[in-house]
Amino acid sequence: MSAIDFWLGRQRDTAADLPGADLPWLVRLREDAIDRFADEGWPTTRRENWRHTSLAFMAQQALAVRETVAPEAVVADLRARYRAALGTAQDPARKAVESAGDDGHWVVFVDGHFAPALSAIGGLPGGVRIGSLADALGQTPEAVEAAFGQAGDGEAPAALNAALAADGAWIRLGRGVAVEPPIHLVFLTATVADQHLRNLVVTEPGAQATIVEHYPAGAAGSTLTTAVTRVLAAQDSHVTHLKLQQEAPEAIHLATIEAEQARGAVFASHSLSFGARLARNDIRTRLAGEGAEVLLNGLYHADGRRHVDHHTRIDHARPQGTSREFYRGLIDGSARGVFTGRILVAQDAQRTDAMQRCDNLLLSRLAEADARPELEIYADDVKCAHGATVGQLDEDALFYLRSRGVDAVHARQLLTYAFAAEVLDRIAHAPLRAFGRAALLERLPDGARLEELL
Amino acid sequence: MLKINNLHAAIDGKAILKGLNLEVADGEVHAIMGPNGSGKSTLAQVLAGRETFTVTDGSVDWNGADLLALPAEERARAGLFLAFQYPVEIPGVSNAYFLKAAVNAVRRHRGLPEYDAMDFLARVKAEMKAVGMKEEFLYRSVNEGFSGGEKKRNEVLQMALLEPRLAVLDETDSGLDIDALKIVAEGVNRLRSPARSMIVITHYQRLLDYIVPDKVHVLSQGRIVRSGGRELALELEEHGYGWIDAAQGDKAGGASAGARP
Repeated sequence: MSAIDFWLGRQRDTAADLPGADLPWLVRLREDAIDRFADEGWPTTRRENWRHTSLAFMAQQALAVRETVAPEAVVADLRARYRAALGTAQDPARKAVESAGDDGHWVVFVDGHFAPALSAIGGLPGGVRIGSLADALGQTPEAVEAAFGQAGDGEAPAALNAALAADGAWIRLGRGVAVEPPIHLVFLTATVADQHLRNLVVTEPGAQATIVEHYPAGAAGSTLTTAVTRVLAAQDSHVTHLKLQQEAPEAIHLATIEAEQARGAVFASHSLSFGARLARNDIRTRLAGEGAEVLLNGLYHADGRRHVDHHTRIDHARPQGTSREFYRGLIDGSARGVFTGRILVAQDAQRTDAMQRCDNLLLSRLAEADARPELEIYADDVKCAHGATVGQLDEDALFYLRSRGVDAVHARQLLTYAFAAEVLDRIAHAPLRAFGRAALLERLPDGARLEELL
Repeated sequence: MLKINNLHAAIDGKAILKGLNLEVADGEVHAIMGPNGSGKSTLAQVLAGRETFTVTDGSVDWNGADLLALPAEERARAGLFLAFQYPVEIPGVSNAYFLKAAVNAVRRHRGLPEYDAMDFLARVKAEMKAVGMKEEFLYRSVNEGFSGGEKKRNEVLQMALLEPRLAVLDETDSGLDIDALKIVAEGVNRLRSPARSMIVITHYQRLLDYIVPDKVHVLSQGRIVRSGGRELALELEEHGYGWIDAAQGDKAGGASAGARP
């Protein structure tokens, strides 16, 4: 069962064995977090931020693994796919990745714990630390404390995560260093029904890195992932974050990505959500320093009876911030796609330039999409634009393709792919773009045929 | 050989074509002229297989086959090509991909081997040069951000690559300046051959200075009301469409009187 009592019991039974159980601040934070979760419970549609996504069913949901997977095989497959993407991306990025030794840095977590044997962290420039949170709690607990976040942060599932997370990635980037090849983080349930990850990324001024979170399909059965990733982007740092969620068809995936941007910091978030029975991503950033820039870019695909929800929030707290937000959804079958884009422009945030778009393509009669922009503007000298659409494939374009001999099925696939590909085009790193494209094509019927022509 | 017999077509219950008859023999170029709203574009769309129009009566025989029974893509594979009056923009689909998908779909149907990437590029670049298109247009999304002239050149490029047996050009001259018009017309003239028929739909005589038709037809209120040689286009240029409508009114009156026993 996944009822509240189950999780209270879990916390009680495991708290003493969690990494950092000797750190008073963390013990208190975990207790506060589980208390908060007990108090709030699983969110239902009565909560404003959960209007279209209820987790009430979780109280009766039995989490159980029906079939385990061999993590070695899943990781090998993922890395092989990435190497294939490297092969198709003909650009200098490949050289940078290869110079790192192999195909970039890979930090693997199995069943919620760091798996050093499956990980491969190449040579790193001075001032860079990539490792596990559990280790960091032993080595530099003060640094972790400063980045960990609070029990009251985010939504109720984030509190559950704070109480239970035993591990995650710990990434520190020193002043002015650039890590060229992507840092791949892989999270996978192989034998257990739930995993709780907390990833912390801390940068010093001017640092640059690309961090990829992979959630490949793991154990079959009703599984739960909670993940919280916090990015503290110091002055003039550049952090690109890409998340590829491809969890198994019955998985529940509840995740938060939270960034704080200092003056001139540039943060790009790409969220590709293709798997899981229910996926909810809360993505927030706070432009806490002047002239910070953010890109929130996302693509989701849901079919069958699956449900995907992105809830984003951009806080323009200081002047001259720029935000660009582009989300697209492909909704098929009886699936439902939800997007909420909240943009808050504080009174002090003059000359903010914010733009948001969310476009959804309904591929079946029973598919459903909700796209809701929420703008709250307290400054008077700002540029804010937003737009949301829910529609179907363009009949004129379909006929144009057919009039050139392309059959109707292929024409539909091509237009569907083209609609989604605009999101992928914003991924600057060519191998990651190719990797994202391959993941998308796998979701589309007859994607292989499209691929050979692209 | 194309034989259109008593064709009636409607959209949203409104009749547009009202008994159109036309025969185009192999290798012939026919011009269809007519005022706005006479049904020119409807004829083009119905021939290409657009389902938004309903054929309510009549038949179209194309080399012994019932054209109207085929879906649009099969007509294209069998060698029918429509150059669109308003070519559609398809964001996210590169022109190169689009052209290759189209050419290979048609080649498969004709039992020809599909082009590989190299052969295709060589072929398409040669044809692009002929219609005065820069190579960069291969890598841009289909028609997206193209000027009016660039879109029409892209249509002629597709026609050249697809090698149709029957090409229908729907107001390919509209929105073109004289230089663009000449280039487009040259592209069309290069494709004239004894095995290829063309129907050139236009509002203005101007295009026919460059694409000289074998026959000219005047469409009015969903029917062909006059047919003749090239000189008919010049007459229209001189007198305007009002002349046809007036003449048509007299003729209709006379015909109904004459039909009375």
